Amino acid sequence: MTHKLPFEKPVVELQNKIDELKNFTQDKDINLEEEIAHLEGRLQQVESQIYDNLKPWERVQIARHAERPTTLDYIEHLFTDFIELHGDRYYGDDDAIVGGIAFYKGQPVTVIGHQRGRNTKENIQRNFGMPHPEGYRKALRLMHQANKFNRPIITLIDTKGAFPGKAAEERGQSEAIARNLLEMASFTVPSIGIVIGEGGSGGALALGVVNRMFMLENSTYSVISPEGAAAILWKDATQAQRAAETMKITAPDLYELGVIEGVIREVRGGAHHNVKQQAEYIDSVLQQQMDELTQLSKEEIRNQRYEKFSKIGM
Amino acid sequence: MFKDLFSKKRKYATIPSERTQPTKMNDGVMTKCPTCKTIMYSRELKKHDYVCTKCDHHFRLTARDRINSVIDVGSFEELDVSLMSGNPLDFPDYEEKLASDQQKTGLNEAIITGRGQIDGLPVVIGVMDPRFRMASMGTVVGEKIKRAIETALKDQVPFIMFSASGGARMQEGVLSLMQMAKTSVALQRLDEEKLPFISIMTHPTTGGVSASFASLGDYNFAEPAALIGFAGRRIIEQTIREDLPEDFQTAEFLLEHGQLDKVIHRSEMKSTLTTILKMHQASHQRGGELSS
Repeated sequence: MTHKLPFEKPVVELQNKIDELKNFTQDKDINLEEEIAHLEGRLQQVESQIYDNLKPWERVQIARHAERPTTLDYIEHLFTDFIELHGDRYYGDDDAIVGGIAFYKGQPVTVIGHQRGRNTKENIQRNFGMPHPEGYRKALRLMHQANKFNRPIITLIDTKGAFPGKAAEERGQSEAIARNLLEMASFTVPSIGIVIGEGGSGGALALGVVNRMFMLENSTYSVISPEGAAAILWKDATQAQRAAETMKITAPDLYELGVIEGVIREVRGGAHHNVKQQAEYIDSVLQQQMDELTQLSKEEIRNQRYEKFSKIGM
Repeated sequence: MFKDLFSKKRKYATIPSERTQPTKMNDGVMTKCPTCKTIMYSRELKKHDYVCTKCDHHFRLTARDRINSVIDVGSFEELDVSLMSGNPLDFPDYEEKLASDQQKTGLNEAIITGRGQIDGLPVVIGVMDPRFRMASMGTVVGEKIKRAIETALKDQVPFIMFSASGGARMQEGVLSLMQMAKTSVALQRLDEEKLPFISIMTHPTTGGVSASFASLGDYNFAEPAALIGFAGRRIIEQTIREDLPEDFQTAEFLLEHGQLDKVIHRSEMKSTLTTILKMHQASHQRGGELSS
């Protein structure tokens, strides 16, 4: 059973009640079918009340769920023959970003994404999905390779942000991010991005200068974390919930602001309830986008990307 | 605990105060240097382009003063003067803050862009003014930079940017973040056309501005002691739980770590820019001769 979030309490309580009654009828040979059916109907109602009307802060919690599927989980379901490629060729290999080559329905592609850990040990190895400059430089190297060999690029975005550390600054965190923004604009192969969890500021954008950007329904994309915004705006990090609403960071918000091309539906209650089903939802969008973009000429691909970013916010 | 009385607890990230406060340079007859505390005549200070005559502390320049210090007299033609920010997220109090900064600075936004000449050589230039919302980048700042770059492309002249900014403007949320992409994408076109981009980072150049156009110069320069970095010092200290060196994220620190081409004293700024522009003009002409 998955770890439940605070706002899911009514669902959990009802579910427990139903389970209790079911066990009871089994043990005691008493017919409670009517009651159970009634409660199950009620559960449906409560679930749809909660899950179909998620508030921004609840989406933030789902986006950060410890069991939320990661880049590698989706790669497993969406692609075949994935070969991970390592290293930036200057300094090292950053495990907070994974990338490589694979087939997508017979079409060779380059896939790159932020990688959180799926447990504490892995999180330490992957620095909680917060890259250093060498992570961004690895990503750029792989994207150049994709451009050279005419492979579409697919990026999966899931990071709290670029790592704020001494070594990261010394090695040019700013320059690494900035360079990706500029170079990604030059590619003549199609690029598609999907925010699968948290899209944290410049650290997310560094994989986000793409032809088409999508977000999973319960993912976020923002200039600063709700906690950070609250600390700066109201000098109070506990106002994060308020900041999450004010800052407009959810997938539906970004679609309305014209920053992304579409929202990908999520499994009810969040992607972690069924990875395979979620991957299928992603797959149908991805396929449609690939079909569309591979029709365009190299020049059209580049111009479309330029025009799109050129217009944002005006 | 008794000893807690003596330790100052840091509750959350704050922005360094004294040095980042806009220094009111034009008020009063005397000005005190924040670094060496020397008190000098404001007129004398102005004559030295607002550089302390004792310790070389570089005071902050307003965008107008900066343009006057590098662009030839009478050659500046401002672009997109009337472009003004709206409130795309309906952020509380944002309009009031913009209005108050507009009144305080006499500017419509945190950046001035325009055509001008440096020692007779044509350029397009952008200068950020930290008195306006810490020169944070929202949609209008991003748009003005993009349009300036497009003007440089149209005129086929070099682009020069004096950055000074706290980063992305929070009140415009993710739209501010996207300005990092917008400006960088425009610079890619400049790059492709082989037109030079000279980036000069002044105090302070941080966050989303340092992580986009400011770091993308063909030449990345900085003024002495300017604070330049991606993440804030306090955030880093809290994250890695160790004290950072005194000179961390200064221009000199960046130079030492290979992140800058050169640190340039304000008194040598115009002459250095002139030399670089002349070299580009010469090789551009030569390139033309070679291909014709």
